[in-house]
Parts: sequence; C-alpha cells; structure tokens
Amino acid sequence: MEKISVDHRTIKEGNYVVLKRENVFKAVQVQIKRKVIFEKQWLHLDSVIGQLYGTSFEVAAGGTLQAPKPNPEKNPKETKEAGMDNRNIVDDGRSQKLTRDDIETLKEQGLKGQEIVQQLIENSSTFRDKTEFAQEKYIKKKKKKYDNTITVLKPSTRILALMYHGREPGKICHLRYDTLAQMLTLGNVHAGSKIIVFDTCAGLVLGAVMERMGGYGSVIQMYPGGEPVRAATDNFGFPEHFYKTLHEFPLCKVNLLLDGTLSLDKDKKETVSAVDESNGAMSKAPQDSVQKMGEEVEGEKDSAQASPEVDTMEVTSELPEDKEKEERAARRENKAPVVYILQALEKKVKQEEKRKKHLEAAALLQGRNADGLVIAGRFHPTPLVLSLLKFVAPSRPFVIYCQHKEPLIECHTKLRERGGVIGLQLSETWLRHYQVLPNRTHPMLLMSGGGGYILSGITVAMDTATSSGPQKTEEPAPKRQKLQDTES
Amino acid sequence: MSFVEYGEYIQEGDIAIVFLGRESMFPVKAQHGTQTQTKYGVIRHSSDLIGKRFGSKVNCSKGGWVYVLHPTPELWTQNLPHRTQILYSTDISMITMMLELKPGSVVCESGTGSGSLSHAIIRTIAPTGHLYTVEFHEQRAEKAAEEFREHKVAHLATVKNQDVCKEGFGVVGVADAVFLDIPSPWEAIGHAKAALKEEGKVATCS
Repeated sequence: MEKISVDHRTIKEGNYVVLKRENVFKAVQVQIKRKVIFEKQWLHLDSVIGQLYGTSFEVAAGGTLQAPKPNPEKNPKETKEAGMDNRNIVDDGRSQKLTRDDIETLKEQGLKGQEIVQQLIENSSTFRDKTEFAQEKYIKKKKKKYDNTITVLKPSTRILALMYHGREPGKICHLRYDTLAQMLTLGNVHAGSKIIVFDTCAGLVLGAVMERMGGYGSVIQMYPGGEPVRAATDNFGFPEHFYKTLHEFPLCKVNLLLDGTLSLDKDKKETVSAVDESNGAMSKAPQDSVQKMGEEVEGEKDSAQASPEVDTMEVTSELPEDKEKEERAARRENKAPVVYILQALEKKVKQEEKRKKHLEAAALLQGRNADGLVIAGRFHPTPLVLSLLKFVAPSRPFVIYCQHKEPLIECHTKLRERGGVIGLQLSETWLRHYQVLPNRTHPMLLMSGGGGYILSGITVAMDTATSSGPQKTEEPAPKRQKLQDTES
Repeated sequence: MSFVEYGEYIQEGDIAIVFLGRESMFPVKAQHGTQTQTKYGVIRHSSDLIGKRFGSKVNCSKGGWVYVLHPTPELWTQNLPHRTQILYSTDISMITMMLELKPGSVVCESGTGSGSLSHAIIRTIAPTGHLYTVEFHEQRAEKAAEEFREHKVAHLATVKNQDVCKEGFGVVGVADAVFLDIPSPWEAIGHAKAALKEEGKVATCS
C-alpha cells in the first residue's frame, strides 16, 4: 500500500506536470533531453524524474533543475534594526548602492537568490530606517525577483483552472476558477453518472468533469466542427482507463440523432470523396472494396487493418484503367502512387475509428437518459440547450456557463417557454483574496470583475397535455417579450 | 436511489424532494401506507410516489400538483433540517475544488453540524473514498449517522462523537484533506497534521 502511494507521488517520464514560480504556472510534459521555456528561462526537466511532486528546485546555470539541499538554514531572526515610520525616508532613487551591472556580476558568479537579496539589503542605505513590516515587504519583493525556485506540481482542476485564468483567459472564455467550482457542484458531477459536456474552453471544463468522475461512468463530449478540442484535458495527465469513459459526438449530427434518421453505416460517398479530395482516381472499382471493407469491419477491428490493404491492392492490380487514374492523381499530388495509396488507406482507417466512436456515443445518447448537461463556451447557449436537453433524463441538473449574462437571460426565457425545467437560477460569484499576516490581514485591493455567469436548473418530466385550470405558478408566467433579433 | 447514485424510479424507503416552488420544497421518505400533506392536497405514497419516475408531476387531492425530485447534496443543503448554521453550496463548491477532492479521496471533517458539507463531500469522494467526520455534540452526531444510513451512504462515512481539539479525528496518516469548521480551529491543527498523509491539504472556515 505504501509503495503505491509513493508511486503516485513520484514524477515519471512522460507525466504531465505544472511548473510554478511564485504565482505563475505552466503545464508541460516531462520528457528527457527536451528543453522547455518558462519565465524567460530554458529548463531541462531531466533531474526532476524520480522526485516527489511538490518539490522545489533551484535553477542552476544552464537550465538544469537542482534538487534542493535538505533544510536550508532559515534567516536567523536577529534583532533587526528598524524604524517607527517613514516620515524621514526620502525616495530619491539613490538608496541602493549596487548598480544593475553589479547585480548582473553577482548573478554570473552564481550567487543564490537568497545571497543576492542579502547583498541588496546590506547595500541599501534606507533599509534600517524602514519599519519591521516594510522590511519584510522589501525582502519579499526582492526574493520574488531574484529567487529562482521552481516547484513541480501534480496537475489538478484547481491548479489548471488557476493557470488558464491567469495565463490565457481568452482560451477559456474568461471562466474564473471559482465559477468552474460552482458548475461542478451545481451539475452534481460525480462518479458513475453519464454527463454530456459541450466545451469550447480548450477542454478545461471537460477535464474538470472527468476528474470528478474518477474514471467511473461516462462523459460524452459534443463538439462543433471536425474534431473535439482537448488541449487542456491532456494537461490533466489522466491515466489511460479514464479515456475509455470519454466519448465524442459531432454537433452537426445531433438533429439526425434526435429525428432517428441518423445512419452511421458505411457511407460510400463519404469515404470515397474523402479519399480523392480533388477529382481522382479511386472511383468505381474501389467502391466494391469499400463495401467489402465495410462488411468485414462490422466485425472485428483487427481485420480492418488487414482487409482494406488486401482489397485495394487487389483492385489496383486487376483494373489497369483505375491504376492509371491513380497514377495520374498521385502525380498530381506529387506523390508516389504507393504513398498515395497508403495515405488514403490511413485516412480510411481513421475514418473507420471515428465512425465507431460516433456509434458508441450515439448508443449512449439514444436512451435519452443522461444524468447531466454541462455547457461552457463561446457559442450562443440557447439553441444548444434546447436540443441537448432532450438527451437528459428528468430530475437531473444542468449547468450553462457564459462569459456574458445577456445570452443567458435569453436562454432563461426560452427555457421557461419550453417547460420541463424548474429551479432556473442565473448566478454570478465574486471572489475576493485576502492577505493573511499577523496584524496585516485585509482584503487585497484588486478583485476580478468578470468571472462569467452560470444558468442552472433541474429537468422534470415534460408536460404532455396542457395543464388545466387552477394551476399555481411557481413563478409568475413569463412575460412574452418581443424578442429582437439577437442571433449573433 | 442514493445520494451517490442516481435511481430512476422511487422505491420504498427512498428520499424524494417534493417541489412546490423554488422557496417551497421539502424532503419526504417514501413509505407504503403513509400520506404527506401539502397545501395542494394529500400525496398518498403508495399510489402517488412509489413506482413513479423521479421528476414526474404528482397530482394532489385538491387539484394542484407538485414535482418529486431525486435528492442531490445541493437540494439536501437547501432543505435539510438545521441543527446548526450550515454551509451553502457556493462555499461548498470552493472547498471541494481547493481541497482537490475527487473519487477516492479520504477526508477528515469537524464539526459535522447538520451534515450539509458532509453530504457534498461524500458525493464527491464516492465510491472509493471515505469521510471521517467528528462532532462533539452527542445528538447531532447520532442524527448525522442516522441520515447517512437513510441516504444509503453509511459505508462511505464514519461519524465519531468526540472533541477534535482534544482527541483528534481518530485516524492517523490516511487523509488527503482536512476541513475544520469549529470555533477554535488552531487547537485542532496538531491533530490535523497527524491525520494527514505525508502530503495533504487543510482548509478552515469561519
């Protein structure tokens, strides 16, 4: 038992980690002999392997990270000479005797951050006039600048949400981390449920949902366009088996699925047209091979690898005219015919895999009994919610995040009209940081103004017949507003 | 149904939340032969609740209707009987994220109070984690244990009736996170450290 827990906490090659220096974070993958840039320095992460997560390292010359020495001696608390207040301290910019060049020389000599700070203190003429608190603040500020300590952390929702919010808020639609926390709770995201996620926040929300599911249950990601975006999700460093619970389904096929007309059988036109992008070779004869492939592949995956190759090879040798066409197409694309065929085969195989994944996701969605819906993105939420809610069972929560409240207000109205939802709530949270120090505890003066808004609610059974007479209304009937065209 | 696993149909012994309006909800335990009074009339459990799908509309005798919902820790927080001041979902969300709770986490908590945070933690750490919660008030400790049993999550929680500042959490070196919501949390810090694994997080609130 002990071994396993230590194992979890040791950094291994290939792990995703988060580098931290002061309040700056960056997610990277640990790879040997690979340099990463962080805070204007190039670093080698090789020496990090085998250490525990949470260890702090000194950056040595050349960018290697050095393991810390056991217990560096803390600053001896000598009775510092300190002043009472700052009435006699004049800021003329000349109190520091060391010049910039001097400091650079010190750095090149290899002095540790701690020592440089010590030098700065000794060469400051006003240091001992400052009050005790001001001295501490000064030291802290210099340390921040000259101390080159990097901590290696294990990724988690908390750290990655902090990182993205600080580094690239635009990528995550300015989702602040406390808002993300609200979403996970309001959506009752927990192990064993089946959640539908629509995430254009680089996959951060998806990762957060997956972390809370712990690999149990299933997550279906709906995505716009051709491929789901999962950059942030990779940074979580989930184990392999988590990805078995993750499915994806394209938005463009949702209406078909709802109508029941979705056919994910081998679409001949689809495959062939993808194979010859322009106007190309493999037209007639390959159709047979494609069909054959389709039938065979219905069975096991392994044969998919083998059969297309066999089939297409046969075809190309049997029919000289097609071979000619292929050669022409290949020449057009500046590739050797064999390469062209192989690439086309790869494409077919990938498409096959994609098709299978979509089938799996469709099967999960078909039952219309998902346990929750989470939407976070830059698309207007109303049409998304109205269609995706159909897949959710009654008495299940749903959460919609939007950077602005106006789309959510419209969404609120539309949901009221639709019916089948209760407890609709549009909320915004405020987050205030405090400095906590003896005699100096107070809120920080800067507060984030925009963390986004959340619309949440619970599904209930839809009204089949219009309800009769003396119905109480939980809230007054929605005002039918003359909606201006707000379709953006 | 349980607080950690969705069920589809109401069964005998299940907790359901009767919803009349956002400010008007209450929990009810489905039992054959029982009746529940609402301002819209009577709900007869045997015919109106048991066997119905969670989320359905239930017609009451006077002609009005209500919805019956599947319990979640959030709904529970809004409707539980208060024995103490409780934490609400907004703070609970932050605590859950900052303590990095997830399935498999082991958490120590004190004081249990009315069990609002406890239910939310249990939901997040299921099915493989565990919550050790300490409450120095005897009746509150018993009530909490009873609720965990009724909500079918007793296997995920251990309630201890002792003073955390004097006797600690009763476990050593197993917790990933410790949460303190007591009048003098500094007195329990030593015990918190003992309960934590080599690496863990502590949060307190006041």
